[in-house]
Amino acid sequence: MIRHFDAELGELKKKILTMGGYVEKAIEESTQALLQREPFRFQTVSHYEELINRAHLEVDEACLQLLARQSPLAADLRLVIAVIKINTDLERMGDQAVNISENGQRYLSAPALKPLIDLPKMAQEVRSMVRDSLDAFVRQDVALARDVIRRDDVVDSFKNQIFHDVQEIMSKAAGPTIEQGLNLILIARNLERLGDHSTNIAEDVIFAMTGEDVRHKGSLEKASGAY
Amino acid sequence: MSISPNLVLDARAVNAWFGTMHAVRDVSLEVPVQNVVALIGPSGCGKSTFIRCLNRLHEEVPTARVGGHVFLEGEDIYDTDVDPVVVRRKIGMVFQKANPFPAMSIYENVASGQRLAGITKRALLDETVEKCLRQAVLWDEVKDKLKSPGTSLSGGQQQRLCIARALAVNPPVLLMDEPTSALDPISTAKIEELVMNLKKDVTIVIVTHNMQQAARISDRTAFFLLGERVEYGVTTQIFTNPHDSRTEQYITGRFG
Repeated sequence: MIRHFDAELGELKKKILTMGGYVEKAIEESTQALLQREPFRFQTVSHYEELINRAHLEVDEACLQLLARQSPLAADLRLVIAVIKINTDLERMGDQAVNISENGQRYLSAPALKPLIDLPKMAQEVRSMVRDSLDAFVRQDVALARDVIRRDDVVDSFKNQIFHDVQEIMSKAAGPTIEQGLNLILIARNLERLGDHSTNIAEDVIFAMTGEDVRHKGSLEKASGAY
Repeated sequence: MSISPNLVLDARAVNAWFGTMHAVRDVSLEVPVQNVVALIGPSGCGKSTFIRCLNRLHEEVPTARVGGHVFLEGEDIYDTDVDPVVVRRKIGMVFQKANPFPAMSIYENVASGQRLAGITKRALLDETVEKCLRQAVLWDEVKDKLKSPGTSLSGGQQQRLCIARALAVNPPVLLMDEPTSALDPISTAKIEELVMNLKKDVTIVIVTHNMQQAARISDRTAFFLLGERVEYGVTTQIFTNPHDSRTEQYITGRFG
């Protein structure tokens, strides 16, 4: 029996994937504008953010309707819940792309603080996490989702390295250097948050596919071990 | 026979036949006290036959046979020296179609079980009737017309009257076979509220075709298919993450 519900779920998946595509473009444009020193590319980010925001509302509305009209259960229910959460993450990722673009514009308007070595690598890793988390959702690939979660540590260590390097420079200088240092720290922080959101998406994919809730595993185990 | 103290009902390897038709196959079900247990499954899966085995009603059907054991508070209701009538007094039943005794008033419907048990004292009967009608959330609607025939009530009220009647003999277990399938949504909601409130006093096993109803009101759910119990677990788990693919297929509407 072919279910009408499956067609609606298919539409919902399509919507979230289109939105994911906008998010990838927004991140690509904001990071490339900074790294290639092409400030005109920052303009396109706000265009994508608008598309992301519109899709955010549409996906929420579609989920609300599915829940109200179809009362989904089991894997269907988990999928709709996952989509609601992925939708929120994608919208925030759009905001982070805008943040990168604003901080990037400020950074490019003054002399460079230092050669950017780790930041391009970090941006590369984050973009691949974003892409893979969405691919994991499309292909229902739990192994890929688990791989995305593991890679969040790589992004975190890039962020720590950048914080450390910038801190060192800032501690020996003053004035515009401080401001440029702060811009870089903020950008690294924005990228780190993008990694976190991709991790959230990957966790939601695992939940939707298997029913397993892998969120906060390490921290909760640590906390229970403390007692 | 010793069973876990928190189990009020414990069905073990129950089999049921209609002539040569094997309708229930080796079904076991542990029912913890103060729980609502929902039985779900497609038509003809054996859930109604199984629930009728829990109070020895199945054997009333000509050609019907039952095998296995059902322990009620540790006693096997299928022991040779057990009187099925006594079993049915301890394990009440509410059916799909409300069946108040047609010749009796609202009051007499509820009092009938007590009268059969030999209680004649008016004050005692009054007290039971009021208590049970309150438990069934019907008191306010009928307190001024207790002498009217039970059949004068609406369908939903009649069903609550039957629940009040079943409660009057203080059964530890109440069986319900699709008790809301003939009712409108408001009456259904009232019965559902009632079931959730009653479970502190009486353990309930309910057969339902309404998946949302099972999800709303039960603590545990058993999924039946082709006479077998495919999966039995905590309701939230069954409806969010069933372990058996057949359960998943059924509750997501892929068959049945």
